[in-house]
Amino acid sequence: MLTLTMSRALNEGLRCALRDDPRVLVMGEDVGALGGVFRVTDGLLSEFGPQRVIDTPLGESGIIGTAVGLAMRGYRPVCEIQFDGFVFPAFDQIVSQVAKLRARTEGRQPMPIVVRIPAGGGIGAVEHHSESPEAYFAHTPGLRVVYPSSPSDAFRMIRQSIALDDPVIFLEPKRCYWHKGEVEPEAELADMPPLLAAQTVRLSPQRGVADGPPRYSVSIVCYGPTVEWAMRAAEAATQQGVTVEVVDLRALSPLDLGSVEASVQRTHRLVVVHEAPGRVGLGAEIAAAVSERCFADLYAPVQRVVGLDIPYPPNRLEGAYLPTPERILDAVAMTLAAA
Amino acid sequence: MSVQLDRRSEIRADARAAYARMVEIRLFEEQVNELFAAGLVHGTTHLCQGQEALDVALAAVLRDDDVVAATYRGHGIALALGMTPASVLAEIMGRSTGCTGGVGGSMHLADMSIGLLPTSAIIGAGLPIATGAALAFQTRGEDRVAVAVFGDGASNIGAFHESLNMAAVWRLPVLFLCDNNVYGEYSRIDRTTAVLDLSRRAAGYDIPGESFDGMDVDTARTAIAAAVDRARNGGGPSLLEARTYRFAGHSRADKALYRPEGELEEYRKRDPIAVRRSALLAQGVSEGELAAIDARVADDIAAVVATVSADPLPDLAAMFANIWTEPAAAAR
Ligand SMILES: Cc1ncc(C[n+]2csc(CCOP(=O)(O)OP(=O)(O)O)c2C)c(N)n1
Ligand SMILES: [Mg+2]
Repeated sequence: MLTLTMSRALNEGLRCALRDDPRVLVMGEDVGALGGVFRVTDGLLSEFGPQRVIDTPLGESGIIGTAVGLAMRGYRPVCEIQFDGFVFPAFDQIVSQVAKLRARTEGRQPMPIVVRIPAGGGIGAVEHHSESPEAYFAHTPGLRVVYPSSPSDAFRMIRQSIALDDPVIFLEPKRCYWHKGEVEPEAELADMPPLLAAQTVRLSPQRGVADGPPRYSVSIVCYGPTVEWAMRAAEAATQQGVTVEVVDLRALSPLDLGSVEASVQRTHRLVVVHEAPGRVGLGAEIAAAVSERCFADLYAPVQRVVGLDIPYPPNRLEGAYLPTPERILDAVAMTLAAA
Repeated sequence: MSVQLDRRSEIRADARAAYARMVEIRLFEEQVNELFAAGLVHGTTHLCQGQEALDVALAAVLRDDDVVAATYRGHGIALALGMTPASVLAEIMGRSTGCTGGVGGSMHLADMSIGLLPTSAIIGAGLPIATGAALAFQTRGEDRVAVAVFGDGASNIGAFHESLNMAAVWRLPVLFLCDNNVYGEYSRIDRTTAVLDLSRRAAGYDIPGESFDGMDVDTARTAIAAAVDRARNGGGPSLLEARTYRFAGHSRADKALYRPEGELEEYRKRDPIAVRRSALLAQGVSEGELAAIDARVADDIAAVVATVSADPLPDLAAMFANIWTEPAAAAR
């Protein structure tokens, strides 16, 4: 076990992938000599050379399009987009080519491309540097979308994403890059849990806590940067006698709805948390799926704690935009009050 | 006339005022850097020391009704075009007195009243937008000019090529003004760009192209004036490459350690402000007069910092304003 930051865990994951498979390439703006603005590709150029770790000119559409050509000739490119807001010049290649080419070739042409995107806010940057673009991609059949929340998941999921023959939009919670966690660097791909699987953590009220009714329980579904905040809210709720299951989705497309459904069947209440604007977001999809699958299990309407339906605000205002633990706790209280 | 346009007209006629504006930009950027280091400016900033001559030359050439689409490295252009240091600094510091009410920040300056279209952090975004403004001028038969200012790195993105082609095909009154400061972020131009004389890219669109010393305000002004006049008189678009240098790092704390040894020092010998100073001295302006300008500008900037630091933060409601035509639609 090693204790690594998320940035470093991703770096190790990329290093393992480059070492284990000569078809893996890393490419993007300033990923080589600089080592990436968030240091995720630090040291890879000197270790693997400029044919494997490629500094590209500025041009996201060109980067992703080039990756498609490389993939068609047997390579497995891992492309870095510097910030969330810069992926949009490449949107065309991603949704029109990357997502569709497998189907266009009757499955003969896999698209083992990973697009790494530092995403989300909370670092005091403004629009274009703090966005949560996951729903655009999750809306596109053919793409997988994943969003790890911890160094260990980041290490595992980057390796699994690279090994997968489907294209993966790999979102990285940029405000968690310097969070530390335990990573098992020797882990074998074959021993890892499925990339698709959500993780459910159950937090029960501590003994001796002045109790709310014991049947008070709630599920908080979250992913990426909001998992930490959901956990904090959950811990506070347990102090008030509430049992909380925190479901970290990890994968946003396809979605592990089975885990969400199972949790809701145990707790009967659901709060969905994400940073992206709420309208037509993942929260809406999850609320709809839950009402289709287990409506009768719900004791209260599903609550969403999400980003506001506005452009990402500047740092002075972002505190009011983000789904903070306080807002999550309020939503938990709403589901309990409805019972 | 507005305060901004008065400030712009000062630099057209008066060489001392143009010099003072260059000093203002330099000191302003140094001040922003200090405020950032002191934790009073958040997020990030992209400073333009080394590029002051180009900004001032452009502003001196343009007419009041022309428009400019620039980038996140836009504090200098905003000041040159006439925006007050207070409105720019307040925006950078997120104050409600800023040019967009403090909700835009350093990368998103705008003043539609003087033709500074909102600057953008998205590389290349300004080129087609300036092209569209030029198409509007042409369609209405107005003799106005649109300018896109962008970096060397931006000349590699698709929007650059799409815009030059459209503008050439339609012979639009637009100037594509590339500020080649040798770096795109952390990469030197020779590692990312197929042609180093960026004005040669004009040949691909059969439009005039010219490279010039962008650190000398007179040279820059002559080159820009020729291209703007051509555009205004129906001669179509041009691509100009201003050779400058980015004295600061790319953004906030970047120390630019990737620069070859001695390069910064070489370019510093051509510091646009020092160059301008020597030229004015040679023309008979006294050292005392220049020192007085320097001191006055420094005092003005210090006063602006003091006032702006005490300005109010935007109201939370400012986030929801102006998303759509109906304010209520945005807030759920
Ligand atoms: C579409 C897009 N891709 C990447 C970036 C990240 N980025 C910010 S500045 C920059 C370099 C731009 O260089 P240049 O055009 O020379 O302008 P300069 O910063 O030197 O003024 C890059 C790649 C961005 N802002 N937008
Ligand atoms: Mg540049």
